Amino acid sequence: MANDRFSIFKVISEALGGHKGWQPMWREPEPKPAYDVIIVGGGGHGLAAAYYLAKVYGVKNIAVVEKGWIGSGNVGRNTTIIRSNYLLPGNVPFYELSMKLWEGLEQDFNYNAMISQRGIINLFHSDAQRDAYVRRGNAMRLHGVDAELLDAAGVKKHLPFLNFTNNRFPIQGGLRQARGGTVRHDAVAWGYARGADAQGVDIIQSCEVTGIRTEKGRAVGIETTRGYIGAKKIGLACAGNSSRVASMAGLNLPIESHVLQAFVSEGIKPFIDTVVTFGAGHFYISQSDKGGLVFGGDLDGYNSYAQRGNLPTIEDVCEGGMALMPAIGRVRLLRHWGGIMDMSMDGSPIIDKTPIDGLYLNAGWCYGGFKATPASGFCFAHLLAKDEMHSVGTAYRLDRFATGHTIDEKGVGAQPNLH
Amino acid sequence: MRITCPHCGNRSLDEFIYLGDATVQRPDPARPDALAAFVDYVYQRENPVGRHRELWYHNAGCHAWLVVTRDVRTHEIFGVEPAKEVSLSEKTTGAAR
Amino acid sequence: MTLPPGSSRMSKGGQIDRSTPVDFSFDGRSYQGFAGDTLASALLANNVRLIGRSFKYHRPRGLIAAGSEEPNGIVELRSDARREPNTRATMIELYQGLEAESQNRWPSLDFDLLSINSFLSPFLTAGFYYKTFMWPAALWEKLYEPIIRRAAGLGKASGLDDPDHYEKSTLFCDVLVIGSGPAGLMAARAAARSGARVVLAEEDSALGGRLLGDQRIIDGLSSAEWAAKMAAELEAEPDVRILRRTAVFGVYDGGTYGALERVSDHLAEPHHHAPRQRLWRIVAKRAVLAAVAIERPLVFGNNDRPGIMLAGAVRTYLHRFGVASGSNAIVFVNNDDAASTVSELAAAGVSVAALVDPRPVVSPVVEALAKKAGIRVISGGSVERALGSKSVSGAEIRLQDGNLLTLPCDLIAMSGGWNPSVHLTTHLNGRPVWNSSIAAFVPGAVPPGMAVAGSASGALSLADAITMGDSLGQDAAIAAGFKAKKSALPSVEPESTAIQPLWRVVNARGKSFVDFQNDVSVLDIELAEREGFRSVEHLKRYTTLGMATDQGKTANVNGLALMAEFAAKAIENVGTTVMRPPFSPVAIGAFGGHHREKNFKPTRLPPSHEWAVEQGAVFVEAGYWLRAQYYPKPGEKDWLETVTREVKAARSSVGVCDVSTLGKIDIQGADAAEFLERVYINGWKNLAIGRARYGLMLREDGIVMDDGTTTRLGEDHFFMTTTTANAAKVMQHLEFCHQWLWPDLDVQMISATEQWAQFSLAGPHVRDVLLKLVDPEHDISNAAFPYMAAGEITVCGGTRARLYRLSFSGELAFEIGVPSRHGDALIRKIMEAGAEYGITPYGTEALGVMRIEKGHVAGAELNGISTAGDLGLGRMMSIKKDYIGRVLAGRPALVDPNRPVVVGFRPVDRKRRIRAGAHFIRQGLEAAAQNDEGYMTSVAFSPSIGHWIGLGFLARGPERMGEIIRACDPIRGEEYLVEVVSPIFYDPEGEKLRG
Repeated sequence: MANDRFSIFKVISEALGGHKGWQPMWREPEPKPAYDVIIVGGGGHGLAAAYYLAKVYGVKNIAVVEKGWIGSGNVGRNTTIIRSNYLLPGNVPFYELSMKLWEGLEQDFNYNAMISQRGIINLFHSDAQRDAYVRRGNAMRLHGVDAELLDAAGVKKHLPFLNFTNNRFPIQGGLRQARGGTVRHDAVAWGYARGADAQGVDIIQSCEVTGIRTEKGRAVGIETTRGYIGAKKIGLACAGNSSRVASMAGLNLPIESHVLQAFVSEGIKPFIDTVVTFGAGHFYISQSDKGGLVFGGDLDGYNSYAQRGNLPTIEDVCEGGMALMPAIGRVRLLRHWGGIMDMSMDGSPIIDKTPIDGLYLNAGWCYGGFKATPASGFCFAHLLAKDEMHSVGTAYRLDRFATGHTIDEKGVGAQPNLH
Repeated sequence: MRITCPHCGNRSLDEFIYLGDATVQRPDPARPDALAAFVDYVYQRENPVGRHRELWYHNAGCHAWLVVTRDVRTHEIFGVEPAKEVSLSEKTTGAAR
Repeated sequence: MTLPPGSSRMSKGGQIDRSTPVDFSFDGRSYQGFAGDTLASALLANNVRLIGRSFKYHRPRGLIAAGSEEPNGIVELRSDARREPNTRATMIELYQGLEAESQNRWPSLDFDLLSINSFLSPFLTAGFYYKTFMWPAALWEKLYEPIIRRAAGLGKASGLDDPDHYEKSTLFCDVLVIGSGPAGLMAARAAARSGARVVLAEEDSALGGRLLGDQRIIDGLSSAEWAAKMAAELEAEPDVRILRRTAVFGVYDGGTYGALERVSDHLAEPHHHAPRQRLWRIVAKRAVLAAVAIERPLVFGNNDRPGIMLAGAVRTYLHRFGVASGSNAIVFVNNDDAASTVSELAAAGVSVAALVDPRPVVSPVVEALAKKAGIRVISGGSVERALGSKSVSGAEIRLQDGNLLTLPCDLIAMSGGWNPSVHLTTHLNGRPVWNSSIAAFVPGAVPPGMAVAGSASGALSLADAITMGDSLGQDAAIAAGFKAKKSALPSVEPESTAIQPLWRVVNARGKSFVDFQNDVSVLDIELAEREGFRSVEHLKRYTTLGMATDQGKTANVNGLALMAEFAAKAIENVGTTVMRPPFSPVAIGAFGGHHREKNFKPTRLPPSHEWAVEQGAVFVEAGYWLRAQYYPKPGEKDWLETVTREVKAARSSVGVCDVSTLGKIDIQGADAAEFLERVYINGWKNLAIGRARYGLMLREDGIVMDDGTTTRLGEDHFFMTTTTANAAKVMQHLEFCHQWLWPDLDVQMISATEQWAQFSLAGPHVRDVLLKLVDPEHDISNAAFPYMAAGEITVCGGTRARLYRLSFSGELAFEIGVPSRHGDALIRKIMEAGAEYGITPYGTEALGVMRIEKGHVAGAELNGISTAGDLGLGRMMSIKKDYIGRVLAGRPALVDPNRPVVVGFRPVDRKRRIRAGAHFIRQGLEAAAQNDEGYMTSVAFSPSIGHWIGLGFLARGPERMGEIIRACDPIRGEEYLVEVVSPIFYDPEGEKLRG
């Protein structure tokens, strides 16, 4: 808990001292016998939940247990985009809370996560797509979220190198959210971990949960590779492996695990100044501060826990890239990888109590969990602290599939690989 | 990944469309708890880490639905059967999925 | 020996073609090399040592390697639209007129202003940016980030469309051999001799791997000669395909390997019609990985100075390219690799100032060789610091006795040992394991079907590579179903590969680099450990170790070893980061192949396309289909005028539209009617033969999937149509229902979308036109062929056709279908027959206008979240049977009376244009989300009514007829009042279509 406050002055003074004075960003504590709250999963959502639980909701005696190293899940392998350009009323306020938290996050946790509101443009290529984006943009505006409709000339101002003249699906315009952008993903996990640690949260790495102990229908603790740890409340925030962990408590979830691939090119000098998504292919792209083009596309489309995908999807994504911007043809793909997506059956997340007392669930983030990290952590902390859902996340109920209150942004139904 | 279609032979992944879990069974719509049973059928998934019986459609081939048994950790495929035959034999034997 | 002034080219030797000089330029200066050179060897030959600047500190850098692992020597190759940033000079084959520029420097390579970062380096340690630039918050995006972004990145992309093209191909083989060093050549030969189909992929332009860069004797031949002999032998094998300039970059499931062939990169421009590169998907029953090993640098002070090179690379430049990398060398190694370096440099006439080996006792063989060549041996010593800045000028060596010795030199040949190229073994999640005898990671679990031979497996000696290659090549062939044949093995002299690891020189002065390109030094790793970034993945992500364009090929193992040291762990317990494809970077264009611009996706053309082009139609993409959107006539000022004319013509006389794009599914079998009962919400068993019916199908979750008309052509024969957009999805769904849910039903189905050309003819004169086309024996009078009748007929004197009395437009209308091959002829006949009535072709726009006038739902309403009730079609849901989606359609949220339902809208100000996407808000309430009651889905200017009309979803819509509400369109800055009306604007009683 010996966290220093970071600043330019601190960097200079440490430099002059040969950098000998820096402290670990987080401790490496041994697990205590019991905690008030244990969060399973040291990813972005779990660490954020612990941070807000301690800082905002005043809960002490919290542990985050992580089977590998913190940030090893999707917070460390996504394409770093943040946005709140959602359509449905169950989603917009939640993602907008997230955006607002992003906007003050670095000052809040005193860590530069390089939040960069460079804007995001979703391109449309037909009248029908335009109308759908207008509907979405209006929904955003009615929720007080920024949205702007661009025609082709407007898109060209931001992205002059797109293929405007010879595109199989001509670019008609785009929906732009200026406040969207990118964040240095790993730094989010580290910033929350450091902040949580400073609040006294025990972050326990290399501690895999092997069982959830229940007594009389109530969860009372977790079995781990480092022994049994008791808890008054247990929050699961292990997207990608939600089904596996929940099954330890006998729960079946409306979730499938799928692989989503992501791609980064060699570093080049500034080229793409915003985030852009292709509306007629599976392709989106931005450029990192380090210079790499970071891009992605669709799910591979089959259940997988392998954290890697296959060539057809890689080709499909790059074909989309070449259709949209043939100027990247000679830029080289440096690395491609896969993450395990917690694909829920309606494409939207679940933050809720479970049928087991004391066991709480934060899951089903599909491929959109990164942008949700602050709000997800905040709402999960709220739920864990107060036993009721935060007002912006009330739609994310576990029973919505039974009642029919599904939140299906894409309108593809109970087909996770199409969300 | 490559799938050996029982009709067409060994083919590339991009000829196929994935549906999902082949172990769920459409409930009898006449049963008294049909609503709950259909909610389970449509939405609830085992999502196992390991062997998975799953449905694929040979879209760019013979249009057969296939039951593929695959390890979702390694993507190793253990078997491919025509779904129609699997379904018929389940119906004749009354075997549960 | 003395070198010619300005040149390091030896007077003889090397595998270059000295009879073919090649001119090239670097940073605007002209040089000459020879055919067979790489840009790297040619620059070295011209004594150009400073080639690039590092990523962060902008330190001067030269070549350290000779292969694809090169971290420093990266340039911008070519110019204009062909400019390729970050191209490794070691991988560029020299061609006449080659242009290259250094990158990441300003204003010049020699004088780079940002080299000031090197002086600021105490402040710019790993992760410094996470700790600062936070105040004031507003300055991050305005000031700090733009500066960082400009400083970061390496080369510049051209910003222009790539003018070259790329191919993608698939190749099947029994045995794939990756790499053509001694193990690869032997494996390929052994597999080929068994009769297996073999593919041998080599990243380099020539086969041989290290055989080309080393000087060994095999069966009495020099290693390069032996490689050439083996290559010739393999060329002669009928079932061996040799892919030169082809890097296997990734392993995928099911024995699929991704490879990139650089077809034309050794040319100034690709030959006409030749691709620049070709992406291979190689499907192999078995693979032998023989991808050699990569030498490790040693970590000492200023070990990044130009002129400090890997010992193996020094030998390669010498033997393969005839280039001396310096004239006065220090050899600094911790392994017996020293033997060849020392002796070969000496034999080439390069003076060797000292052999520095940290091991207290140098191997006797090496000692003897050095003595023979008169070279000073410093055992138990280490180079602590290199001298010089833009070129190494000397070394400070700590002797075993503790004294410091400074020796001048212009070359330091270093070797920290060899890392097997395990990359491809890890792509399917295998993890390498530590082998302490060679102090390196070797393959652990390998992908199914792969075996690893030679130095890639950790067997570093030539003799082992040959034996192993031969035996694994045979094994692979046997596993692929062939009979192996034994062959005699070539003989080679033994060698020692003994090593004692040296992960860093402890008292080094000056920065000791681990990852050269990304400027990760020992201090950064130490800092990462101190701050808790102890997991290898944290180390990588925090310091950027291994994240440069070389992906840490020379850096990672040193970095891991240092983390192990600082964290006081064994290396095997530190583990490795996950190596991801591609092994070496691949142009995005290669993955795209031909699928770019207009060829991104296939274009489907309806049968009347050619005719529509002749009519001057404007086309629109509908999925992959290209459909006529409208048919402008001269003098019409905009699309609206054209579409209005088309609608008026159809409503007042007759119009024709190609509707072939609708999905068509032929369904037959004794249970066909029962099958339809189960997939549609409405009833089918009572449909008479020769009649069509509108059907709606749901997904199992109770939401509408698709709609369309289905015709009963016989007792056991139905013909279904679907929407254009959902044709494939519905086909797949029906097959699922049949094959998986109800396999006992006697039913078969096939897609017939492509088989039928179908035209809709609409308008009061439609029967007049049809009478001229339909053969006279068919009665199409209203009595004989009423609304929703359908049947098989013949047209134009015996051509088989189907006629359907369907109306999407609301007019008296027919759809006529003929086999696709007659589609073009039929549209021309229709136009001819309709000429006297002024028949007017109409496109998708007019089609859309007329369907909105009639209140028919389409794509904008079938949005994947609407129920049958939402579309006003709830009454179609049969209560007499089960069907897909019935049960879940009864969930509370789906039958909530407050759900938005499709109704019609018209502007209160009739002159006003209305637009889709506007949201509905009750008058008097704030335009905010909590008051949002629905949205406009479809709008059209109705020529029949004379103003704009719309359809949309409105909460409890049908109960609110006549209500005036606000249509809010804030994103377009518009708001207006609309009146809620019936969705059927035109001919509400349906008199016309029955006429």
